[in-house]
Amino acid sequence: MKDVQAIEEQPRGKSGEEQVPSSSNSAKELYTSAEQQTEPTFANGVRDGIPTLLGYISIGLAAGIVGAASHLSVVEVGLMSLLVYAGAAQFIICAMLVVHTPISAIILTTFIVNLRNFLLSATLAPHFTRYSLLRNMGIGLLVTDESFGVAAGRIAQGKSLNDRWMNGLNLTAYASWIVSCVVGAMFGSWIADPEQLGMDYALTGMFVALLVLQLGHLASEKLKHYLRLMVYMVIAMLLLSLVVSSQLAVIIATVIVATIGVVTEK
Amino acid sequence: MTIQWTTLMVIIGCALVTMIPRVLPFIVVRNLNLPESVLKWLSYIPVCILTALVVESLLIQNEDSLQIDWQAVIVFIPTLVIAIKTRSLSITVIAGVIMMALVRYFF
Repeated sequence: MKDVQAIEEQPRGKSGEEQVPSSSNSAKELYTSAEQQTEPTFANGVRDGIPTLLGYISIGLAAGIVGAASHLSVVEVGLMSLLVYAGAAQFIICAMLVVHTPISAIILTTFIVNLRNFLLSATLAPHFTRYSLLRNMGIGLLVTDESFGVAAGRIAQGKSLNDRWMNGLNLTAYASWIVSCVVGAMFGSWIADPEQLGMDYALTGMFVALLVLQLGHLASEKLKHYLRLMVYMVIAMLLLSLVVSSQLAVIIATVIVATIGVVTEK
Repeated sequence: MTIQWTTLMVIIGCALVTMIPRVLPFIVVRNLNLPESVLKWLSYIPVCILTALVVESLLIQNEDSLQIDWQAVIVFIPTLVIAIKTRSLSITVIAGVIMMALVRYFF
């Protein structure tokens, strides 16, 4: 845990030193010890998750509609969102079930599509080592791209993470996902196409905002380093997407460029 | 209101292979002191993976071709500006959705 804090403090030290510790309006940029000590609550986690809900609701409705269109019952759609709980994978599972793909092939594809969760969990896990195994597993089971993004944003701001806040964030997302999927499956034919309303773009908008929030707290030298890495990411994604599935490209590009990040770090 | 045997098997199998990568790091990291280089590497993951997810959402990958989703790219630019200006997740998401709806309506 000490190692994690040491790493977090590097960017903090640079941008924070010049600031006057007593000015409260600079709280957003400044990481005073008081800020670190405030323990966020479950309700804080729920509140921090609210901006991501539009993404869950729109994609969840769409996943429900696709499920129903793929001849899945409402119970099956509900069970899938309850147990698999993954956006892209659920669409792919439905598409593969329709064309009677062998079970083993569906499971293997889902494994590859969701493998990036390993990177998300590995990034968050060091911040929760002080909790019991069961608590850790509970947190890990519900990590998604969005909840990871919000939590990583909190880390980038130098704020502390705790189990209650993370559970508030995760459970808000989980509940809204299941409800949206089931509603989509039940009333799919009556709901206007969420894509026509631009609602699928909620996901892109969310990732863009989470990315900007990540970069907003960096000193300029560090920011340049990150911007270079982002250019490498775009190139790696374009090249890899030509040869492998885009989900696999996400994992491979991230592993390569994060390594470049460590090696080229000053 | 039925559950087919095949569908149930698929759901359970897919749930297991999704849970393993989600939970495994949380189990392993608890009993392991990660070296600083690994923690440093992990600190690059958020920016890298979020960039990857943005790029992925701007691409259309078909079985044998890769295309750029120009509508999404056109909306991406003002979305990025709004995200930088407002630093707000909610405003960016809502503005992005409205702009995408307008683009799809007019083009």
